[in-house]
Amino acid sequence: MEIFDLLMGGFAIALQPLNLGLIVFGCAVGLFIGAMPGLGSVNGVAILLPMTFLVPPTSAIIFLGAIYYGAMYGGAISSIMLGIPGASTAVATTFDGRPMALQGKADFALVAAATASFVGGSISIVLFTLFAPPLADVALAFGPPEEFALMILAFATFIGLGGDDIPKTFFSIFIGLVFSAVGLDIVSGQPRLIFFELPGFFHGVNFLVLAIGIYGIGEILWTMEVSKGNVVVSQANVTIRGIGKSLRALLKTTKTMLMGSFLGYFVGILPAAGATPGSLMAYGIAKATSKDSDSFGKGNVEGVVAPEAANNAASTGSMLPMLTLGIPGSPTTAILLGGMVIWGLEPGPLLFVEHKEFVWGLIASLYAANLFALLINIAFIPMFIWVLKMPFTILAPIIFILCIVGGYAPTNSMHDIWLMFIFGVVGYLMRKLDYPMAPAVLAIVLGPLAERSMRQSLIGSHGDIMTFFERPISGTIMVLGIVLLLLPLVKIVRRRLAAT
Amino acid sequence: MRVAELVMALAMAVFSLYLMWKSAELPIGWIPEEGPGGGAFPFWLSVGMLVCCVVIVIRWFRRTSPLSRSTEPYMDARTVRIFALAAGSLFVMVASIHLIGVYGAIPLFLIFYMRYMGSHPWRLTGVLAVAMPVVTFFFFEIALKISLPKGKTEPLFYPLYDMFL
Repeated sequence: MEIFDLLMGGFAIALQPLNLGLIVFGCAVGLFIGAMPGLGSVNGVAILLPMTFLVPPTSAIIFLGAIYYGAMYGGAISSIMLGIPGASTAVATTFDGRPMALQGKADFALVAAATASFVGGSISIVLFTLFAPPLADVALAFGPPEEFALMILAFATFIGLGGDDIPKTFFSIFIGLVFSAVGLDIVSGQPRLIFFELPGFFHGVNFLVLAIGIYGIGEILWTMEVSKGNVVVSQANVTIRGIGKSLRALLKTTKTMLMGSFLGYFVGILPAAGATPGSLMAYGIAKATSKDSDSFGKGNVEGVVAPEAANNAASTGSMLPMLTLGIPGSPTTAILLGGMVIWGLEPGPLLFVEHKEFVWGLIASLYAANLFALLINIAFIPMFIWVLKMPFTILAPIIFILCIVGGYAPTNSMHDIWLMFIFGVVGYLMRKLDYPMAPAVLAIVLGPLAERSMRQSLIGSHGDIMTFFERPISGTIMVLGIVLLLLPLVKIVRRRLAAT
Repeated sequence: MRVAELVMALAMAVFSLYLMWKSAELPIGWIPEEGPGGGAFPFWLSVGMLVCCVVIVIRWFRRTSPLSRSTEPYMDARTVRIFALAAGSLFVMVASIHLIGVYGAIPLFLIFYMRYMGSHPWRLTGVLAVAMPVVTFFFFEIALKISLPKGKTEPLFYPLYDMFL
């Protein structure tokens, strides 16, 4: 009952004219960004975070949450209409969405994607509302050892479940953590890692500089390389009558939608997993359990609804650890978490106690964003198709400019602009060699907290590292983290044993 | 790809050594009553970076990773051209901000990018080259009260400040 009252209070905040306007605007912007090939929620949130300094933190997180949601809906549009995923989260949607479009069923595929996104979003928000407060209550008892153990778990999931090259994932985590240590030592206050004695390094490396560099500049360079420019945009004619017919046809896929929603939500909670593996897993299970599995990849609508329900559910799921534990469930939530620090809030369970209006305003706004994203998506499909035809030589320079001015805004430092440029270019060159970038962004956000909790724990235990294992909660989390770290090793040994 | 894999690993190994050296400017061991020294956290992480680079290089020699066996070029001619133009024009734009400010650099960057790289008509290019700095000015300077760098063009904005601020 208390949750219901808090949620109603959240609605009172989310439905204020300013916040409601930001939800609608955020959904539209998110849909636009998500629909652009190569761009996803993480790019939109990273580039637009500096623009939120105009409004209070609650309105800012509501706006960015709506962008996150809208982008999840929008990713399917280019997957279906162009055959190019709007973001990695919509890769699985391409497998059957594109064949449907080529068969002249683009309108059905678009309605199916939007409906599944809505179902996935709705189920996951209800789960989020129910799970978040009890988890935050448990987390309130956490001390420095538990906090550090959680950081280890967050990084370990990238190693154990991330699916990227292991040494390169480790490297990415380490370099992100080292950059988080630039500036002043948190205990002694002495200058640390001041490269070439440049004064700009005294205030540290702002996580936004790394995030915008990688997800703004680096991503656009990447997209320019991979998009050959000779894609065909399919045609879709979405009418009210057509939508009704599509919805009736979609009733047969209810089970698949529910499976995708629940799977996506729980996969989304894991820090390294998130929407992309969630949607791919949902696609795989839908195919494996379907009576008509041979038609997957050739235009089966279940191949559209499973990943779309899952990626929307995962986006909400990834907010659960961000709000309750202070560890992000995805690169996008890592940036949202960094945004909270800029807005003067301390992420973690205390938010549920000290900033109820912030937490419940965000939760309530997700209900509204889910509905508005659906309506805007369906109503403006012709406009999004028109947007897809916009040449990248117009979009790219505009995004570059947004990166430059957006990166300057939080720190007012040209030093950071140069740093952002270097991160963007080097990040792009490293990404071409399979160095994953998401762990580095997560690490620079979590780095200060990880170092502080580690040093506090070690000072308290006089240097005895067993302090992380002796306490029941931190010990359990640490063991879980170590198991995840060893998972790739187990896989290698099993593979070798199978080969011999 | 194969050569690039090795070059990047070696470059990052050198960078890791540099980070270790910089971290060691502060104590990297245990200080009684104070705990780990200020340089310990970044130092040992830099050691971790170096170990990763060594593993990548060993795999390269043993050809056990996909990229160490790849015969594809790291960048084909088309990619090199796109990368050089995009990153180069962005570099020039950032550098020119110091001299002519954001409001001088944005139009020049847009004109170069849209006309030369995109071959868009002058009318469209002109509209965006004017609209983008105007929107940027009103959003950042007036709404957000964030002053963007203007370089030598700062005095030109004094009348606008009087009018809107």
